[in-house]
Amino acid sequence: MNSTLRDAAIAAALSCLSALTHAASARDGETAGPLAIINARLETITRGTIESGTLLMANGRIVALGGAAVDVPRGARIIDAHGGTVTPGLIACSTNLAIAEINQLAETRDDAGGTRISAAFDVQYGVNAWSPQIPVARESGVTHAVLSPLVGTAEPFDDEEEHAALQGGGENAGAYNALFAGQAAMLRLDASPLPVMRARIAMTLDLGQAGAQHGGGSRAASIILVKAALADARHYARFRASYDRGATRTYGLPTFDLEALIPVVEGRTPLLVRVSRAADIRQALALAREENLRLILEDAQEAWLVADEIAAAKVPVLIDPQDDLPRSFEVLAARLDNAARLQRAGVTIAIKGSRNFNSLRPIRLNAGVAVAYGLSRDEALRAITLNPARIWGIANRTGSLEVGKDADVVVWSGDPLEAQSYTRNVIVGGVEQTTPSRRLQLQERYGRPDDGYPPAYH
Amino acid sequence: MKRRLMHRAAVLLAAAALAACSATPAPPGEKKASDNKVAVPLPGPLDPGTDDNPYPSTYRPLPAQATAIVHATVLTATGEQIDDGTVVMVDGRIAAVGDASTAVPLGARVIDGRGKWVTPGIIDAHSHLGVYPSPGVASRQDGNEWTNPNTAGVWAEHSIWPQDPAFQRARAGGVTTLLILPGSANLFGGRSVTVKNVPAVTTAAMKFPGAPYSLKMACGENPKRTYGTKGISPMTNMGNVLGYRKGWLDAVRYAHKWDVYRAKLADGESADPPDRDFGLDTLAGVLAGRILVQNHCYRADEMATMLDVADEFGYRITMFHHAVEAYKVAPLLAKRGVCSAIWAERSGTKMEAIDGIGANAALLQRAGACVVIHSDDTTLIQRLNQETAIAMGAGARAGIPVTRAQAIAWITANPARALGIAEQTGTLERSKMADVVLWSGDPFSSYTLAEQVFIDGALVYDRHERRFQPRSDFELGQPGAGEFHP
Repeated sequence: MNSTLRDAAIAAALSCLSALTHAASARDGETAGPLAIINARLETITRGTIESGTLLMANGRIVALGGAAVDVPRGARIIDAHGGTVTPGLIACSTNLAIAEINQLAETRDDAGGTRISAAFDVQYGVNAWSPQIPVARESGVTHAVLSPLVGTAEPFDDEEEHAALQGGGENAGAYNALFAGQAAMLRLDASPLPVMRARIAMTLDLGQAGAQHGGGSRAASIILVKAALADARHYARFRASYDRGATRTYGLPTFDLEALIPVVEGRTPLLVRVSRAADIRQALALAREENLRLILEDAQEAWLVADEIAAAKVPVLIDPQDDLPRSFEVLAARLDNAARLQRAGVTIAIKGSRNFNSLRPIRLNAGVAVAYGLSRDEALRAITLNPARIWGIANRTGSLEVGKDADVVVWSGDPLEAQSYTRNVIVGGVEQTTPSRRLQLQERYGRPDDGYPPAYH
Repeated sequence: MKRRLMHRAAVLLAAAALAACSATPAPPGEKKASDNKVAVPLPGPLDPGTDDNPYPSTYRPLPAQATAIVHATVLTATGEQIDDGTVVMVDGRIAAVGDASTAVPLGARVIDGRGKWVTPGIIDAHSHLGVYPSPGVASRQDGNEWTNPNTAGVWAEHSIWPQDPAFQRARAGGVTTLLILPGSANLFGGRSVTVKNVPAVTTAAMKFPGAPYSLKMACGENPKRTYGTKGISPMTNMGNVLGYRKGWLDAVRYAHKWDVYRAKLADGESADPPDRDFGLDTLAGVLAGRILVQNHCYRADEMATMLDVADEFGYRITMFHHAVEAYKVAPLLAKRGVCSAIWAERSGTKMEAIDGIGANAALLQRAGACVVIHSDDTTLIQRLNQETAIAMGAGARAGIPVTRAQAIAWITANPARALGIAEQTGTLERSKMADVVLWSGDPFSSYTLAEQVFIDGALVYDRHERRFQPRSDFELGQPGAGEFHP
């Protein structure tokens, strides 16, 4: 299947799953009046760059873009970009935004399903639309975020090196009793009270070192358990009535987990597999082939070793281009040009930032680093906009500056892939998002001259 | 071996000679009539003053040739940006820095720096490379001796695995010097060590010659989480402060005992030597001003408390690390001359980090305080220049522009000062160590990479030449073979 067809299929499959939330998020856009950005360098993603361009938005969508000749209707609100760069909103392709606040505070962590539930775990029910991290994400240019669950019990993953270790042996340590991590969701960072744009967009599974822990210690065992679970799901889908009468065999997972796996075995929902080692990536590809699954790979530090096989299987990959350390025995071959090599081999890549918006290693900076190591700048920008939109089935709505798409637009002070640049305006669904983050409020409070009153008065 | 023999030969002289090290004069006491006993010499290791450098550096610079980088944009880290500049390295030292008219010595290798930038080598003031190495397996978790809230007697250099492949990555990011610290599980974590980022078989061969030691201390959540959860003090912040005060009280008493002992010997009296204690040696070294204090401390109020503790016992805090709230007490930190080692904008990884902001560095700079951008991270250490750029961007957004010429000091001159090595390195100034990075462009750009890295004038990394891309023993024969970039 070519990628366009596949995207269309994904989009079609997902839209019926999320009709309710879709309607809610569209509503904000419909109330948005006409808005024009002028004097902008428009990086359209699909149609090159337009210098001194104008972008016109109305009713939540992009209605026109081009050179200075684009007519701005009377009454439109005008944002003068003063030569700044405009891109589509960035898409954070795998995060814990709005389902986790402070890593070490378990009471703020809703990004892992625990030990009694695995495939059925569905992050959408833990989303906090009022999360203070949402304005932080927006300020970094992100307008959409995929929320992907962790397997088992959420361990505090402190970004201080020593403390990751203090927990006992690296970031994947912990009691992983669940097989599947559960179901991911797509968040749209508008001001909607129901920011979940699409739910159940993928089933998440850890293979490799972390996966081995729930297979009794071996990677080989975890593959057997996954295959058994998928067989159970197929059986259950076919003989549900018999099961309800008590007239079928027993299953290795509770039926609520099997229920969640049915769209996976039917190829309607992709399996998001976190895997690192080249040999394990091969096993994931084989699993998808044998079980007829749609696959998305995440992390995949050693993917460059099997880039051609990944490309042939038309499997997209979500990667962190800064990941170059042999931090475990399954990433010994991690390289800084993983992104460039995969792209050259024909693999669709999306670039991740840090998973969590507290320890912000911005997506855009990672994209810049990928450029330093051989990815073209166009491809790098695509890897944080249109590619993730395609991978996650929302490319019909966002990911590029095109007439008819949602007005998800960011105005930057300079090149968005440069660390010194920052966002000036973030527009989601045609509505500028202006709520300042806690960070900016603290900056304002402590940046002002002392007037004798303590900062708490300001 | 030689050192040990010398200890024994010198024992008779030791007490008198080293009395000079003591910080406080012996209190006036009544003099007894000298009892003509001959003092039994104190074996060297029993006397903390005998050899305060028992694990000396064996570092030798790599072979260097006279080198001149010409026509480059030079950031000196003294506040200057020189366009079309020249940097000359001879005999491991900076021989000249200046504009295009600067003389290039005959026979020097000349590097055309057109379009490129030159900065001092980057100094990471907070690293755990080698003590928490890659791969992060359980048998190599050597950074936190979390058996007691006061482990002032441990030395990070005794935990470093020099084959940690992360050293190679950090060097490719332009890092020439690192402060490697024990972890923050303890109130007193132990001694840190400053190393030159050269590949070596032993840790001693990496040790920065003449760099002072630092004591790692930790505020806040880590010590009380580590011990409180076991029902051991500290369980609370007030328990933390009690722990510091007890530690310093013991150190003051210890230093005093040695002073009294030495004073008696000097007066020809006999005296029983105090028991030597390695932890108290370190703390007494701080009180005497020989050992710096690197204090992990997130919250502004805790920093203020720690400054009071320092005043109570008469020591100086050199730098607060992970000082995410430093901006709240920027004038205080400026007044006290304490540096703040920070990330650009990390926050909220735990409760005490919730108020981290991107403008921290810019607000501190505006207040005249000393800013250091640090990593504490094996990935971030490779991009301290870009982490600095993030902080510059946040400053610009806040209306506090910081120039490149200023910002480069955050990762060079300022950490050099905080490590006590500013006389030797950290800026491009004549006669300093030639620790130098040649960048492919503006060092604060995402697209820029270090092309060549020099330590003491020797080429230690070249992005385009395999010969100068060292690999650790661990990576030989492994998938990837230690080649982490094209």
